[in-house]
Amino acid sequence: MARERSALATALNLLDDKRPEARACAGRLLANLPEDKVYHSGHLIGLTGPPGVGKSSLISALVERWRDQRRTVGILAVDPSSPVSGGALLGDRLRMLSSSTDGGVFIRSLACRGEVGGLSAETWPMSLVMLAASDIVLVETVGVGQKEIDVSKLTDTTCFIAQPASGDTIQFLKAGIMEVPHVLIVNKQDVGLAARKTLTELQASLGRNTHNGDWAVPVLSASATQGTGVAEIVEAVESHRQWLLREGALCSRRRSFQAQWIVKRLREDFGRFGIEALGGERRLMEDLITQGGSPFEHYDRLRDDLVARWS
Amino acid sequence: MNSESKRVKRERPWLMRTYSGHTSAKASNELYRTNLARGQTGLSVAFDLPTQTGYDADHPLARGEVGKVGVPIGHIGDMETLFDGIPLDQMNTSMTINATAPWLLALYVAVAERQGIDASKLQGTTQNDVLKEYLSRGTYIFPPEPSVRLTTDVISYTVHHIPKWNPTNVCSYHLQEAGATPTQELAYALSSAIAILDAVRDSGEMGASDFAQIVGRISFFVNAGIRFVEECCKMRAFVALWDKIAKERYGVEDAKLRRFRYGVQVNSLGLTEMQPENNIQRIVLEMLAVTLSKNARARAIQLPAWNEALGLPRPWDQQWALRIQQILAYETDLLEYGDLFDGSQVVADKVQELIQGAESEMERVRLEGGMVPAIQSGYVKRQLVTSQTARLRAIERGDLKVVGLNCFQETAESPLTKGVDSGILRVDPAAEREQLERMRAFRATRNPKEVEVALKNLVDAARSGENIIPASIRCAHAGVTTGEWSGQLREVFGEYRAPTGIDIGNQDLGSAPQMDRIRERVRSTGESLGRPLRLLVGKPGLDGHSNGAEQIAVRARDAGFEIVYEGIRLTPRQIAKAAQEEGAHLIGLSVLSGSHLELVTDVLAELADLGLSDLPVIIGGIIPSEDKPQLKEKGIAAVYTPKDTDLNGIMADIVDIIRERNGLEPFDVAA
Repeated sequence: MARERSALATALNLLDDKRPEARACAGRLLANLPEDKVYHSGHLIGLTGPPGVGKSSLISALVERWRDQRRTVGILAVDPSSPVSGGALLGDRLRMLSSSTDGGVFIRSLACRGEVGGLSAETWPMSLVMLAASDIVLVETVGVGQKEIDVSKLTDTTCFIAQPASGDTIQFLKAGIMEVPHVLIVNKQDVGLAARKTLTELQASLGRNTHNGDWAVPVLSASATQGTGVAEIVEAVESHRQWLLREGALCSRRRSFQAQWIVKRLREDFGRFGIEALGGERRLMEDLITQGGSPFEHYDRLRDDLVARWS
Repeated sequence: MNSESKRVKRERPWLMRTYSGHTSAKASNELYRTNLARGQTGLSVAFDLPTQTGYDADHPLARGEVGKVGVPIGHIGDMETLFDGIPLDQMNTSMTINATAPWLLALYVAVAERQGIDASKLQGTTQNDVLKEYLSRGTYIFPPEPSVRLTTDVISYTVHHIPKWNPTNVCSYHLQEAGATPTQELAYALSSAIAILDAVRDSGEMGASDFAQIVGRISFFVNAGIRFVEECCKMRAFVALWDKIAKERYGVEDAKLRRFRYGVQVNSLGLTEMQPENNIQRIVLEMLAVTLSKNARARAIQLPAWNEALGLPRPWDQQWALRIQQILAYETDLLEYGDLFDGSQVVADKVQELIQGAESEMERVRLEGGMVPAIQSGYVKRQLVTSQTARLRAIERGDLKVVGLNCFQETAESPLTKGVDSGILRVDPAAEREQLERMRAFRATRNPKEVEVALKNLVDAARSGENIIPASIRCAHAGVTTGEWSGQLREVFGEYRAPTGIDIGNQDLGSAPQMDRIRERVRSTGESLGRPLRLLVGKPGLDGHSNGAEQIAVRARDAGFEIVYEGIRLTPRQIAKAAQEEGAHLIGLSVLSGSHLELVTDVLAELADLGLSDLPVIIGGIIPSEDKPQLKEKGIAAVYTPKDTDLNGIMADIVDIIRERNGLEPFDVAA
């Protein structure tokens, strides 16, 4: 266990490392991750919601329950960076009391590092090595906007935590965010009436949900401070995974996330023109989805391809 | 003395105390008796951190902390020893105790009962203000709601059974230490008092006349800083605002019950490590702020010793502090006059300005939903961190002058710090082991059945909402320990971590070319090492004074580091584990309780255990200079103390240390 944790820490440092030799090494590392772990098992869960909604304490409660079920948990906690200095305060471990000396829980904080979309480029590869090392990987992001919901583009199951009576609910509805999550949670059910009202609003809004096939999005309420509703969340999240497995969607979603990640990096570096030169987004995606393998190696191969054409 | 002068009627002086306690109940008892013999008129008990945060001496978190910043009280046996030969019905005892206040009060009452004294005769104060612990000082245990409930339990109990007791001492002292401006100090202390009184009122246990009595029993604990004219005005503003609140909000008709009663510890924050003898002048001036106005004079004063920025004061240092009070009270003519400032337009205008500022900030807190929600949301803490950051910037730039620190630094070597003890008290390292042994021996003498029943009673009271004090007194008599009492309540109420407040906006660092240079170094070093530089800032042990750690974290963020800040009260293992998981390039520890040697040893051992022996560790805190070589020898890369106010310099050091450990060339020194 101790050696595994140390290896995971080293792997995460490596994936963060931008030096060419490190990139090559990271590419090999990702290519050698067990296919089964990375595409067919484990559970990648995204959790997002506005600041102050009680994500940390809810995560703490969830982790405790998963640990009771003897499942190991990896957490990637994403915090905003300062636009001026590039520095960041990563304080999210703060309230996670219960897990702090538990060897079955591994927490890595990540600054979003100015990335449009709220998630830095390292998030996807880091999720993959965490998947290889833990039963459950939780990616936590902070915020209320469309940006933060990008976490749904790299997780199997996305949970959105709503604040009772914050008025945000209406904003989410307008922004179309409600169509994304697979599990909706109203935290702080202990505040009573306001929480019930938010719950009703959310339930009412789900009539419009069209993106999730026949998955019926559950709307749950919980109180992290009182420890209520947590078992139900764990259960709902697990049901969603079962549903994905039944639909055969777990593997195909992850392959598609990987393809999107590669295409996004290429588009950032070479623009629309570069994507067209590689045969267009659709074809590129199709190729990448069928290939599997290491995202870094694919990226490097395609980049070299483009660079060779122009040099 | 002029022989023609008639005997003038003098005011009775305030209570004179010295905040003290260390090593063991026995050693502290001897110190108290000495201080009383030297003319001290009350006691002020300092408890060690395990006692304040509810751990027994043998708990892992207590390691290195037992007997360090105060006396360890683990059970009724310790409490009896502490007050041995001091008749409690003739003493006025102030206890600086918050999260475990109901327990220490219960022990005090139980000791009185064993001395054959009726509890109704007791006089004294429990600090019992947990709200400020979330903002500064950090010795909270439970979440805010149950904490407020325990606070109100102490109030309701004492008002009925110990009528001369001051059940809660609402503190603005620690707010100033955390950076509060006078306006913020006024606003947050008064908002805290309102939160507590509202809770008492809403508990519905009190009739209207009882409630007026309770308002009359609320006292305050205030800080007095070096800007003593403004501080003097601040005290007058407190008096006016409290009178108004008691009258308008709580309908108290009796003017006597609306009096703002307060005790003071003058500012320890402004005391300097350099030329420490100058602290005496500072202490004298600060004391004037709380004594000059007859209409806003302190009821009790405790002065820090001149050497508090260096370490723990010795008995002689405490005596010197006491003599300052005695000279002002007995030699000068201060107490012969009425109020010196009545009719002064300058003072009246300043008081009015402070009142207006405070009222507008109190309104802001009200809009947050009151003091408790404003603490939970992090609002108040962010305001304090922002003020503190501005204050440190001003010192750094030299706009705020501190003699010996950023101006007039030239000095002859002080003979005061030259002695064999370097001018401070050192707690005998054997104290912890001895306390542990006493604890084990004491446990063996108890009747386990009685302990069990008493604890069950306590849990029942905690769950049912019944007043916690009677069950706690029963626990005291049964021999329950501090750790057991707190442990049971932890089970019922849960534990809490307060917002750190460091998530404030980027600070105005001006066009500072120095800052740009540091950012560039941080960035390029990160590039050389492949990823952004990452610091883990951790506070091991039980010490909750997080202001320094917070300031370092904020500045490092502004310099471009990625900061993992974990808050207070971490075990060395938690810190090492976090450093591994987070991929830190360097760990910064902060320890102010004097347990740095033990804690550093443990953190380094845990790091080695994880294969992270190469990870550089630096430390900041109240660290005597002769400990520095020992820390360096253990492998600490750098040691910082309160005199190191050049935060940018610290940032530059951090970059250099990381470069050195990773085999990079140092930056050109001249650059």
